[in-house]
Amino acid sequence: MAKKESTFPNMLITLLVITFASATSLGYVYELTKEPIAQAKLNKKIEAIKQVVPTFDNNPNDEMYEVAMDNGFILELYPAKMQDSLVGTAVKTFTKNGFSGEIWLMVGFTPDGSIIDVSVLEHKETPGLGTKMAEPTFKDQFKIKNPTSYKLSVKKDGGDVDAITAATISSRAFCDAVDRAHKALLKGDNQ
Amino acid sequence: MIYVTIILSAIFVNNILLSQFLGICPFMGVSKKIDTAIGMGGAVTFVMVLATIVTFLIQKYALEPFGIGYLQTITFILVIASLVQLVEIILKKVSPALYQALGVFLPLITTNCAILGVAILTIQKDFNLLESVVFAVSSAIGFALALVLFAGIREHLDLMNVPKGMKGTPIALVTAGILALAFMGFAGVV
Amino acid sequence: MQNLTKGFFKENAVFVLLLGLCPTLAVTSSAVNGLGMGLATTFVLIMSNMAISLIKDLIPDKVRIPSFIVVIASFVTIVDLSMSAYSPDLHAALGIFIPLIVVNCIVLGRAEAYASKNNVFNSLIDGLSIGLGFAFALTLLGSIRELLGAGAIFGINIPIFPVDQSNAPITMLMFILAPGGFIVLGYLIALINKIRNV
Repeated sequence: MAKKESTFPNMLITLLVITFASATSLGYVYELTKEPIAQAKLNKKIEAIKQVVPTFDNNPNDEMYEVAMDNGFILELYPAKMQDSLVGTAVKTFTKNGFSGEIWLMVGFTPDGSIIDVSVLEHKETPGLGTKMAEPTFKDQFKIKNPTSYKLSVKKDGGDVDAITAATISSRAFCDAVDRAHKALLKGDNQ
Repeated sequence: MIYVTIILSAIFVNNILLSQFLGICPFMGVSKKIDTAIGMGGAVTFVMVLATIVTFLIQKYALEPFGIGYLQTITFILVIASLVQLVEIILKKVSPALYQALGVFLPLITTNCAILGVAILTIQKDFNLLESVVFAVSSAIGFALALVLFAGIREHLDLMNVPKGMKGTPIALVTAGILALAFMGFAGVV
Repeated sequence: MQNLTKGFFKENAVFVLLLGLCPTLAVTSSAVNGLGMGLATTFVLIMSNMAISLIKDLIPDKVRIPSFIVVIASFVTIVDLSMSAYSPDLHAALGIFIPLIVVNCIVLGRAEAYASKNNVFNSLIDGLSIGLGFAFALTLLGSIRELLGAGAIFGINIPIFPVDQSNAPITMLMFILAPGGFIVLGYLIALINKIRNV
């Protein structure tokens, strides 16, 4: 077959056909992957909730409620129940103070407001430094602490938290996110 | 205050070349002389700011309202490619002097991942239009700064007695590594 | 056969032609990330090479490049969507560098230099060869950086470093940070230059 001439109609038609074909096929792939992508996200969330609250038999995702904070942020709270009594609440929280961008955490609280455990959902911190916040050495110090008496800031700032060596900013941000989760929990209880 | 943070972080702390690794190809390719480095830096600044504004508007007023965010990659790259062509044609007519200075670098810019990278990053970081422009300008300045610094070092490097196997790219990469190490010193600033 | 092996050594995109350096440096902080990025790029290369060699006669010369870009961008988006559906962790780790496969000079370079002049089968082999060569380079770089910076390869601990009181290895962290990428790649290329010249 001879090569097509570069005339204006030829070029126009070729480009139109190609962009149309690619947009159609992408639309198809998008429809195809929409379900699995949503599923993968949901699984990750449920996994994180399971990690930070005791065993439950309800579906926390269906009972999720939102709490609006003073500065316009909205946090999601997931109540975990065993035989209809509350055993803990997982709060999806975040901070913008990370070393490079936002940090998203899932913080589990007992019904009386003590921290059960923290799970790191998403972050872009420096590998090997800020990433240590996901390791037990750092995040286990938050376990069984009640933020009403336990000061959620690093020791350098007069708080009770041991910062990660060489990653004070990440540690501060982590405290900020946990603190926000605790405030949302208290506010949610009062509503 | 937020603008100061964006500027400092884009130029020094998260320098687009030395810590984000966007735009390494021109970084290695056109950094042999300070003159060409300045030209490339100028061309990138120009296109990056324009491209960021245009892609931002497309994202907000075309892709998001219609829920076709998955066409982002394809739309952005086409917009950038056409924009580069357009800038080239307009510059040629309007300002031959500027075209002389930047012209040869323009075609190279389409495949410069820094442009597409910054366009996507501004969307991901959820900036508003003004913040996006500030971010694009300071990223471009960071790019130009690293490029010119590096070109300066390479000009001196040419006169040095480098082991045979290390000549050319290897020593340039190691030098870039040391420069990146120096830029890490800015880490605590913001 | 020669067509198949050229991508690994003689025409290795990273070590010899110095193409696609951005993803090479950015995602190789661990071996897994390097391999994932390499395979994603290989897929895009193979598919776009085949598609372009199929439609090469239908495209007028003057709109060649934009047409190629659209084809490549489509496959990149397919990879992006599929990865976020079936391998969300890797998708998160590679982040912005998946959409940036579009501007990877290797892909457009092969489309222009090879696929637009050769038949479908040869283009497939070419894509496979160059792609796997790229994946090999990224995995090698990722392994070295992970070994030096985190004392592991593919997440498996390799005890070459002394340990501190809490039994954590004292590693050379710099190698998984930005500067380490430049330096390791520099020495690797020097080594390969040395081998090639012998």
